[in-house]
Amino acid sequence: MSFAGTFGLWMAVFFTFSIFSFLYKDNPFYKFAEQVFVGLSAAYWLVYLYYSIMLPNLFSKLISDFKGNLILLIPAALGIMMLMRIIPKTQWISRFPIAIMIGTSAGISMVRYAKSDLLSQISATMINPFAAVSVSAVIGNFLLIIGTICGVYFFYFSKKQEGLSAVPSKLGIWFLMISFGASFGYTVMARISLLIGRLEFILKDWLHIIK
Amino acid sequence: MSVNANSQTERRIVFLVLLLAVALPLIFPIGWKTEVSGYTKMAWNLIESTPDSVVVIFSFDYDPSTMTELQPMAEAMLEHAFSRNHKVLAMALWPQGAQMAEQAFAEAKKAYPDKAYGVDYINMGYKVAGIVAIQAMGRSMAEVFPTDQRGIKYQEIPMLKNIRTLKDIAYINSLSSGTPGIKEWVMAGRDAYGTPVTGGTTAVSAPGFFPYVNSQKQLHGMLGGLKAASEYEVLIGKIGSATTKMDAQSIAHLLILIFIAVGNVKAFRARRRRDAI
Repeated sequence: MSFAGTFGLWMAVFFTFSIFSFLYKDNPFYKFAEQVFVGLSAAYWLVYLYYSIMLPNLFSKLISDFKGNLILLIPAALGIMMLMRIIPKTQWISRFPIAIMIGTSAGISMVRYAKSDLLSQISATMINPFAAVSVSAVIGNFLLIIGTICGVYFFYFSKKQEGLSAVPSKLGIWFLMISFGASFGYTVMARISLLIGRLEFILKDWLHIIK
Repeated sequence: MSVNANSQTERRIVFLVLLLAVALPLIFPIGWKTEVSGYTKMAWNLIESTPDSVVVIFSFDYDPSTMTELQPMAEAMLEHAFSRNHKVLAMALWPQGAQMAEQAFAEAKKAYPDKAYGVDYINMGYKVAGIVAIQAMGRSMAEVFPTDQRGIKYQEIPMLKNIRTLKDIAYINSLSSGTPGIKEWVMAGRDAYGTPVTGGTTAVSAPGFFPYVNSQKQLHGMLGGLKAASEYEVLIGKIGSATTKMDAQSIAHLLILIFIAVGNVKAFRARRRRDAI
C-alpha cells in the first residue's frame, strides 16, 4: 500500500476509535474528531458541489456558449441573491429566491404527492380481501383494511371518542403501536449494521484478521 | 457507589458486550441460514422476469455513510441484472452516488469480466434536482444527460441509441438512503410515466416505504437493510458481504432482546421496591 493509503487508513482508525471513545465518556479525542468531521464535511461538500453542480451546469456552459445560455443568468442571480443573507442589511433580498424555491417545490410536489401518497394509497386499500391465493394473504388483506380505517379514525378529533365510537380508535392505537415497534426494530437493525461496518473496517482493512 | 455511577458502569458493560457480540461472529462465522421474505422475492422476480437486452436504470441515491447496508444490495442486484443480460444505466440523485456506482460495477465485473462500458453498462453520474430531474427524463433523457460521467456524448453511447425517454426503460432500481431517492422514483417514475420501480433502502427508512408495495404496484418489492441484502444474495446463490455480516447482526439482535428483558425485570423490581417503602 502507498504511503498516502497507509496514512489514510491509520487516520480512519484513529478517528473511528476517537468517536467510539465517547461510549466510555466525553473526552478531548472525541471532541477533536467531532470538530474535524464537521469542518472537513463542510469544506468537502463546498468543493464537491462546486465541481459537480456549479461548474458543469453554470460556469462551463456560460464560458463555452454565453449567448446560447443567457437563461442561466436567472438562476445565477437567484443564487447570488440567496447569499445576501450573510449581510444583515441585505438579508431581505434572499426572501425572493426562497419564495421562488418554496413556491416551485410546492407546485411540483403537490400533484405528485396527491397522486402517489393519497389517491394511489387509497386505491391500494380498496381491495377485495378474499381475492388472494392463500389464507394468510386473506387475513393480511383484512388486517390492511381494518388497520388503515382504525388508524385514520384515531386522528378524527371532531367528536369525543367514547363508548362504541372509541372502539375503532383503541384498535387504531394498537395498529399504530405495532407499526412503531416495527420501526424501532428496523432502526436497531440499521444501527447494528453501522457498527458492523466499522468493525469490519477495523478487522479486515486494518488488522487483516478477517478476509 | 451512587445510582448514577452504577448505571454508567452498566451502560459501559452493555456497550462492551455488544461490541464483542458483533466482533466475534465476524471473526468466527456461524453460517446461519437466511429465510427469503416476500418483498425481496418480488424485487428479484421483477429483474428475473424482465427480458434480456433491455435497458434498465440503477439509481445510486446514497453516499458512503450508508454503504454498509446499500452496497451489498447494489452489487447483488447488479450481478443479477448482468446475469439476465440487462443493459444497466447507472445514475445518482446524490452527489457521491456516482462513486458508489463505480465501486459496484468494479465488484460485479469480477463475476462478469466481459461486460463492456457503453455497451452493457454506463455511468451517467450525478444529476441535481431530484424529482425535477426524473420528470425531465420522462420528456428527454438526452437533455438530462448530455454526456456520461466520462464525457462521452449521449448520442455516441451504443446501448442508449433507442432510449429517448423514461418510458423506454424496462425498470428502475433505486438504492436509496433518503431524499431524493426511492420515493421520488415512485412519484415521478412509476406514477407519472408507468415505469416499474423496485429498490432497496436502509433499515431505518424501510417501514416508511413498505406501504408503496401494494396492489397498485407502486413498488415491485423492496429490500430493507442488511437482512434483505443477504436474502437477495441467497436468491442469486452468492455468499456475499451481506451474508457474512448476518451472523453478527443476528447475535446482536438476540443480545438486545435479552437486554430489553433484563431491563424490564430490573425496572419492575425497582418499582415494587419503591411501592413497598
